[in-house]
Amino acid sequence: MTSQTQEHAPATPAAHRAVLRVDGLSVEYAGEVRACVDVSFTLRRGEILGVAGESGSGKSTLITALTRLQRPPAVTTAGRILYHGRDGGPPVDLVTLDDKALRDLRWTSLSIVLQSAMDALNPVLRLGAQFADALRAHDRRMSKKEAWQRAAELLAMVGISADRVRGYPHQLSGGMRQRAAIALALACRPDLVVMDEPTTAVDVVMQRQILSQVLRLRDELGFAVVFVTHDLSLLLEVADRIAIMYAGRIVEIGTARALYTGPKHPYTQGLRDSFPPLHAPLRPLSGIPGSPPDLRRPPPGCAFHPRCPERFDGCDRILPELVPAAGHEVACLLYPAGGDR
Amino acid sequence: MTGRRFLARRLGFYAAAVWSAVTLNFLIPRLMPGDPSLAIIEELERVSGQSLPPRTLESIQRLFGDPSANLGAQYLDYLGQLARLDLGVSIRNFPTPVSDLVWQGLPWTLLLVGSTTVVAFLVGTGLGVIAGWRAGGRFDSIVSPLTTFVSSVPYFWVALLALWAFGFLLGWFPLAGGYDPDLPVGLNAPFVLSVLHYGALPAATIVFSAFGGWLLGMRNMTVTTVREDYVLLALAKGLSPRRVMLRYAARNAMLPNFTGFALALGGVVGGALLTEIVFSYPGIGYLLFISLQQRDYPVMQGVFFLLTLTVLLANLAADSVYALLDPRIRERA
Amino acid sequence: MKVRAGSAIIAFFALVAIFGGWFSETVLGLDPRANDIQAIAQPPSGEHLLGTTQFGQDVLAQVIAGASGSMFVGFLAAAIGTALAVLVGVTAGYFGGGVDGVLNFLTNLFLVMPVLPLIFVVAGYLQGTGLWTIALIIGLFGWAGGARTLRAQAMSVAGRDFVRAMRLLGESNRRLVFFEVLPHLTGLIASMFLHALIGAVLAEAGLAFLGISDSAAISWGTMIQAAQQQSAVLRGLWWWFVPPGLCIALIGTAAALVNFGVDEVANPKLRVVRTRRRRIARSEAA
Repeated sequence: MTSQTQEHAPATPAAHRAVLRVDGLSVEYAGEVRACVDVSFTLRRGEILGVAGESGSGKSTLITALTRLQRPPAVTTAGRILYHGRDGGPPVDLVTLDDKALRDLRWTSLSIVLQSAMDALNPVLRLGAQFADALRAHDRRMSKKEAWQRAAELLAMVGISADRVRGYPHQLSGGMRQRAAIALALACRPDLVVMDEPTTAVDVVMQRQILSQVLRLRDELGFAVVFVTHDLSLLLEVADRIAIMYAGRIVEIGTARALYTGPKHPYTQGLRDSFPPLHAPLRPLSGIPGSPPDLRRPPPGCAFHPRCPERFDGCDRILPELVPAAGHEVACLLYPAGGDR
Repeated sequence: MTGRRFLARRLGFYAAAVWSAVTLNFLIPRLMPGDPSLAIIEELERVSGQSLPPRTLESIQRLFGDPSANLGAQYLDYLGQLARLDLGVSIRNFPTPVSDLVWQGLPWTLLLVGSTTVVAFLVGTGLGVIAGWRAGGRFDSIVSPLTTFVSSVPYFWVALLALWAFGFLLGWFPLAGGYDPDLPVGLNAPFVLSVLHYGALPAATIVFSAFGGWLLGMRNMTVTTVREDYVLLALAKGLSPRRVMLRYAARNAMLPNFTGFALALGGVVGGALLTEIVFSYPGIGYLLFISLQQRDYPVMQGVFFLLTLTVLLANLAADSVYALLDPRIRERA
Repeated sequence: MKVRAGSAIIAFFALVAIFGGWFSETVLGLDPRANDIQAIAQPPSGEHLLGTTQFGQDVLAQVIAGASGSMFVGFLAAAIGTALAVLVGVTAGYFGGGVDGVLNFLTNLFLVMPVLPLIFVVAGYLQGTGLWTIALIIGLFGWAGGARTLRAQAMSVAGRDFVRAMRLLGESNRRLVFFEVLPHLTGLIASMFLHALIGAVLAEAGLAFLGISDSAAISWGTMIQAAQQQSAVLRGLWWWFVPPGLCIALIGTAAALVNFGVDEVANPKLRVVRTRRRRIARSEAA
């Protein structure tokens, strides 16, 4: 309904063409918990979209739905995930794509970096073998030797010496493993990389190194990123645009700058004020009182209203829709549809 | 490489285990009520109708205890005798040495138990992966409960049923023995074929009774492994489900099954020995049965001793494979 | 569900073991040892529900009497084995150090030894002894698997902060073991007991099958052995050896069911989600 308005941008230059359009996506667990509700956004080629939220906000569910990696109790119940290929042909809907076609799309178009590389890399296979697996699955003509050669190049690209290609995951340091996982995600030159908290498992210094590497590689290779984290300050560093999730819905979405300088939703304001900025001078920090809602029994109206410092009459009855407000979009009754405040 | 260190440690453990087995063998007859030595000597003299030559007497006392000598001296004598591979003489087949009898039976048992253990392990592990990969699916919900039942059935009872159904009622297989007694023993086609024909039913019953344990173990490990992130990532890479199942899920789920090998092997060997009895198969299980019935203590101990050595060797082999399969063993050891 | 079905089967056999003798004598009017010369090796009929043996004994009465023999050995051996497993495993895991070194070696030793043949040999020396001795031997050699698991668990409980803190405060080890460590392990010990129970029933049957048992006692193992001795297979007397084996298999399955259930409670990863992946219809999404 709301997203329909911005879906007519056909003749823009390649750099501004969309790679992914998510439209009204809803995911439920065993029909009881609605972990993602009516999520819509558009991702342009080469763009980094940050998704931030507390645990239980539905951001992990969003990742598994986007990549079609969700497991049984989770079911996509509504919506479309339209992927636009490089060739400019008609988009495909990832939600209904058959297994075979989806498999061809994986890694060549859509790849993922998981939270902990320690867990995501197979402990009993050499690194090179895990790269070669992916490379040769999508390029049948590639020889084993070529694949290992390419694996070494990819590792070198993230600053890992090429001889590590014969090593096992447990022989690498934590930071190296995480960079190796990123190199692995880029192996088949995807258009879109989904990153699930890729820097939570490493220390702050390594975190900065990895972030700058992601930015550099994006500039070189031109892939788009959905970067999911609970750490808003991190997103302010890397993301072009940021979406804030609460109780399964996007409550605010806009450019990183706009969200930092002028957050509209009370929840975004609370989130921003609970993290120290990486570069800016320190502000007094404050947390958000209360805890995330129980998704089995979400509060009526706006799900944030029980914790909201600015709630007023109606917040507990009326569900706010995502509407344009000062250059970005926000779902809050403080900003009624049509009234640009 | 530290992988060698792991194996060296295991080797040390097995050396200690062999020593313990030897010591156990030494202690068992000496701790039993009565005087097994005296009983054996009296029995031998009764059977053979003559008094025993002093060498035989001495050998028996070394193996089964000499109340007049102290335990330390006895132990040294015992070790000396074992070093010469002298396991005493059989009472019932006097004066055949025990080692002759055991060496005759051991190849049959190794053939039967060795091949069936490998087959049962492969079949059970393979089916376990399939059941665990789609846990709760149709294959899993039929096969897993059925296997639970099958693996709690005594080996020898399965053997009896099989013998009754396929040997007695249908007449497809011979009822007893390990080969056709009318054929000349040797490496010729008719004899080898008869060995296969006679061995097929015992082997099938052992595989049938033994594979369930591996299946259930592997199923549970696979169910746990399938939820690991590296399996998820392998799917995300767009690998074929078959490849993900074998190279990512099964490969990792199999490792604990190898450490469980030791635990299960003792039970399999025990069960297989009983199966031999049902089929009157000429292995050491049948030999053990005969010796128990006839109270032929020297043969009994000899069988147990060699059986223990063989099982320890098999465990060492399983450990070596494990070390090859898991690169992390180097750090953990 | 699994736990309930398994417990029901075990409880049923326990009841048969305890009251079965009285039941078959007074209600069915059967004596497991009586020889009915009129009915030698008869197939199941109205008079003998499960048929008769080569000796004219009623198979049903024997199966009922066998339940008490087998269950007696099973329970006694499992009690001994579990007690030893707790003693060795918890001591090793809780105290660690040199004590652990020795006990752990002993445990591993019994793990790699072919225990069943060992039991056969030891029992071979003591032929003709009663079910008590047999249960004792089985229990004495069958504790290693349980001890290994308990050692690991006791180690993790002993390493928890509150136990460590209490140790530093000078709380006595005996108190800590009995009031802090053991209560954490009760579920595990119960499941271990069931494992040991079925192991012992199987071992007793194996021993009896080898001819090592009390010649006066009746157990499922001695029944199968008698059938084998009298070449029941070659005479086609299937009703003689099928029922006792089936009973053993039922008990084994019941124990496995209970343990499955316990495992699933203890290890949530094993719980299987039953809902099939729903392929969402286009109409539903549009």
